[in-house]
Amino acid sequence: MGARVITITSGKGGVGKTTSTANLAVALAQLGKRVVCVDADIGLRNLDVVMGLENRIVYDLVDVVEGRCGLRQALVRDKRVPQLYLLPASQTHDKTAVSPQDMVTLTNQLRADYDVVLIDSPAGIEWGFRNALAPADEVIVVTNPEIPAVRDADRIIGVIEAEERSIAVSVVINRAKPDMIRRGEMMSVADVLEVLAVTLLGIVPEDRRVTTASNNGAPLTLADRHAPVSRAFVEIARRLLGEEIPIRDPAGEGVWLRMARRLGLGR
Amino acid sequence: MDDSITLKGIKDGLLVTIKPGGKWSERMKRLAALIDGQGNFFRGARVMLSVGARNLGQRELQSAQKMLAKRDVALIGVLSESMNTTGAALKLGLRVDLGAADMVTSPVAQVAPLPHKPPRIDPEERGTHGVLLRRTLRNGRTVHSDGHVVVLGDVNAGAVIVAEGDVIVWGRLRGVVHAGAGGDEAAVVCALYLAPTQLRIAGYISISPEARPGKPQPEKAMVRNGRIEAVAWDYRNMG
Ligand SMILES: Nc1ncnc2c1ncn2[C@@H]1O[C@H](COP(=O)(O)OP(=O)(O)OP(=O)(O)O)[C@@H](O)[C@H]1O
Ligand SMILES: [Mg+2]
Repeated sequence: MGARVITITSGKGGVGKTTSTANLAVALAQLGKRVVCVDADIGLRNLDVVMGLENRIVYDLVDVVEGRCGLRQALVRDKRVPQLYLLPASQTHDKTAVSPQDMVTLTNQLRADYDVVLIDSPAGIEWGFRNALAPADEVIVVTNPEIPAVRDADRIIGVIEAEERSIAVSVVINRAKPDMIRRGEMMSVADVLEVLAVTLLGIVPEDRRVTTASNNGAPLTLADRHAPVSRAFVEIARRLLGEEIPIRDPAGEGVWLRMARRLGLGR
Repeated sequence: MDDSITLKGIKDGLLVTIKPGGKWSERMKRLAALIDGQGNFFRGARVMLSVGARNLGQRELQSAQKMLAKRDVALIGVLSESMNTTGAALKLGLRVDLGAADMVTSPVAQVAPLPHKPPRIDPEERGTHGVLLRRTLRNGRTVHSDGHVVVLGDVNAGAVIVAEGDVIVWGRLRGVVHAGAGGDEAAVVCALYLAPTQLRIAGYISISPEARPGKPQPEKAMVRNGRIEAVAWDYRNMG
């Protein structure tokens, strides 16, 4: 019992997993939840930079797994938001230094003291992804409205569905560009859902400030809570917590997509 | 201490990680010695080799497999970042990731030669048999059947169905389908929306046109006049 363990993954690289993890974590913490982010992208380490916690890291996930420190000691607290913590990845170790079983043990230790554990998965379907998936109660698949990203998202959902235990899957469409969708130059939300046929959790628009904010070590949700991107992440956080908030089609006027509905069928 | 080989427990066996560098044959000797030094510990174990970027051929993998088999250890798969190694492992029927056993993880496997063996069974004689899938068949998933395949759901791009009999899709068909894979030219492929990446019936191949005019309608594909043709799939074309 205790915390929900939510893994954020994608199949294709660079679609916004780390960005989504950091912004969702901030949004959930601002809503009063006790949140830990776990960076499972071992060997690359990225979430700490985006969250602006890089310089405060002493121990990392591999240190915990290999017993060089306690779990508590490795958690880095974000001083800007109450109850937001990061368990950083290791930059020096091979991804096979951690096994899926290690991840299950580790997250079980976190469950009692937190409300949400967010795991930032590496791209692909190999070892690192397996580590990130093993402890998950739920998975959020991040995709962009582009065919290669959607194909890979479909692939990863297939892998998750093939697991013996059933894991809830939902999708976040990141970097939507309304004008391009309207001109038919980008896949529409309905196009994406027609292929993926899973619950839509939210749509995050493209905004250059996402990258600037990450470069400054403050996720946009923290830096400017009124930006459309931040509002999208806050809504996603609230939907995760069970609120019913209608999703607006970025390209449609007055078209409201209903939440928690399998949209492969149309609007 | 020699740390060229590390072991770790995984869901269905042991993960053996071989460090980069050094000669493969030396590493395998070291692994053999390690197993032999552990008494009965490895007996009956299932092992996944993680070889990093190391480039290995079928021969090297086979000799590793033999060395392990001699010690009553089964090699179930090889994890590698090298395309060649992964390809060789797939050719040997080994797993190349930690996923479900039925997974096809590389395009190499998807273009593997089609079965040439004649149909083992005559569906008319034995009554029809087949597989029913009530879900979306997603990218990367493969279904093989020596009977018919019926899918209640979509077959997405990247999914592959190979059947000796017919393939019926109650949904959108966008993946690759081979019906009559044993050579039966009377096999048919039906879908509510027929837009496969590639469609094969017995020895015939067809590729969907890019954009199809008009409203999608249920269609049935079959071999006629020496090629694959699609007709409306309705009460007039049931037979
Ligand atoms: N909504 C957005 N608008 C604009 N830029 C974005 C948006 N989301 C992400 N980006 C940018 O895209 C890039 C990749 O994002 P991110 O690192 O979050 O992806 P990732 O999926 O974690 O990548 P990887 O697979 O390498 O881990 C970053 O530069 C990020 O700032
Ligand atoms: Mg990332």
